[in-house]
Amino acid sequence: MSDTLSHTSHTPDQATEVRFRGGGFAPSARRGVGVMVFVVLVLVMEWGTRAGWISALTLPRPSDVAATFVELWQSGLLFKHLLPSLSRLAVGAALGASLGIGVGILIGLFSYVRAGLVPLVAALFPIPKIALLPLFVIWFGIDETSKYALIAFGTFTPTVVATYGAVDNVDRTLIRMGQSFGLSWLSIVRKIVLPGAMPGILSGLRISLAIAIILLVAAEMLGAEYGIGAYILEAGSLYDLERLFAGVLILSVLGVILSTAIGLIEKRLLSWRG
Amino acid sequence: MDIRLDAISHSYGDTEVLRDISLDIPAGRIVCLVGPSGCGKSTLLRLTGGLERPDAGRVLQLGTPPANSLNPLTFVFQDFALLPWRSVRGNISLVLEDHGIRGRDADAIISDVLARTKLSDFADALPRQLSGGMKQRVAIARALAVNPAVMLMDEPLSALDSQTRELLMDDLVALWTRQPFTSVYVTHNLAEAVRLGHKIVVLSRRPGQICEVVDIDKPLDQRGYADPDLETVQKHLWTLMRDEARAADAELLNV
Repeated sequence: MSDTLSHTSHTPDQATEVRFRGGGFAPSARRGVGVMVFVVLVLVMEWGTRAGWISALTLPRPSDVAATFVELWQSGLLFKHLLPSLSRLAVGAALGASLGIGVGILIGLFSYVRAGLVPLVAALFPIPKIALLPLFVIWFGIDETSKYALIAFGTFTPTVVATYGAVDNVDRTLIRMGQSFGLSWLSIVRKIVLPGAMPGILSGLRISLAIAIILLVAAEMLGAEYGIGAYILEAGSLYDLERLFAGVLILSVLGVILSTAIGLIEKRLLSWRG
Repeated sequence: MDIRLDAISHSYGDTEVLRDISLDIPAGRIVCLVGPSGCGKSTLLRLTGGLERPDAGRVLQLGTPPANSLNPLTFVFQDFALLPWRSVRGNISLVLEDHGIRGRDADAIISDVLARTKLSDFADALPRQLSGGMKQRVAIARALAVNPAVMLMDEPLSALDSQTRELLMDDLVALWTRQPFTSVYVTHNLAEAVRLGHKIVVLSRRPGQICEVVDIDKPLDQRGYADPDLETVQKHLWTLMRDEARAADAELLNV
């Protein structure tokens, strides 16, 4: 050892290549992997239920779920369930998200509003909104209004928190710049604060809309004849796993569609991020 | 329009940053503020531009700004402060929109300032596509668009590499030679100060006080890279600042 160290000139065979130790920690797009995981999972389920090492009570056979789904489609019941659910989701989420963005921006801009509302929002956030369902029924009646209110309330709180966080994170040097050029308060809010907060608002919306779908099912637990939630609950109470899974599948697809939609909006509005 | 700083003092909490600064900024001249880090030179600039309020003393405008000046006191920031979601053109039109200048009038101003800063080909580029030097030229174009009476430049070249800095200094000299503007130019770089300043104000370490005011009579367009006359001035400035800078450096460690 000491021998080799004392050598000043090195022969080529002593040269070792420097070991690569960088890399990783940089997620990149891998096309088709998501779909493959899904397909493999379904194939394993199908195989297991057919071979018998998954009992019919544990998991329904995917092909049976598909058959149920096709039947649902052909009988026209699918849209009878889907349309009321979609309208509840749209009205409730739009109400909650727009109120949430509005209040979040006010909290971000005005110290008094922040001091008054942040503790209130913190108090409302952890309440499981499902627990308040009876209250909403008393306030708004058993019909659609209480369902809108529940979904709106559920999307409101996470949107508020995400929005005021996003407004707080807007680069202050840009706001100083606006002031130094004599821009009006409204111009600064409209042209600097809002676009600057947009990335945070949109990523908050992703979470809020997923919560809206969860609450949709909860809202349809009470007094809904039609709706994906009602369909799932009915199937659940009958232990009809095929129909239960068909319903759950619809919710998942709904979630994926909404998330993709937000992805597209992000791509459009935030193209400046590159 | 001249600017006069009248006995300005300022503190942040218990830390006294500036003490009794009185200074005249004559029209058509570039006044450089130099001093060790933390001496309050950027604070002084923000006070001058009305972005902060001094604890004591006043900032006065002597005379009225020219009628066509949309924003008499205009900043150029070290970190450029460009809106990343607006193109070069959009960033400049931002400061015109509030004055009701849109459409053809705005286009005329924008193409003029872009031509003056040699950016005409990049009007539709986004800030992230530009190099640091180009970003700062956009910021300078934006400042020129509002026809400032006084340009307040806060270390405008400090975020750039030294070659880009040389190029931009030449650009600034060319801009000034074409149409002399009034400027307060904050920098910690003495080479920049002797190259661009008609008057160099040396501040002491915190609390900042004026140590010395050095005038350089040589016309801007005759000052070159590694100019022997300027080297002498720069050496003189450095002897003034060396001990202050060392003391300021040691002070920061004790904070």
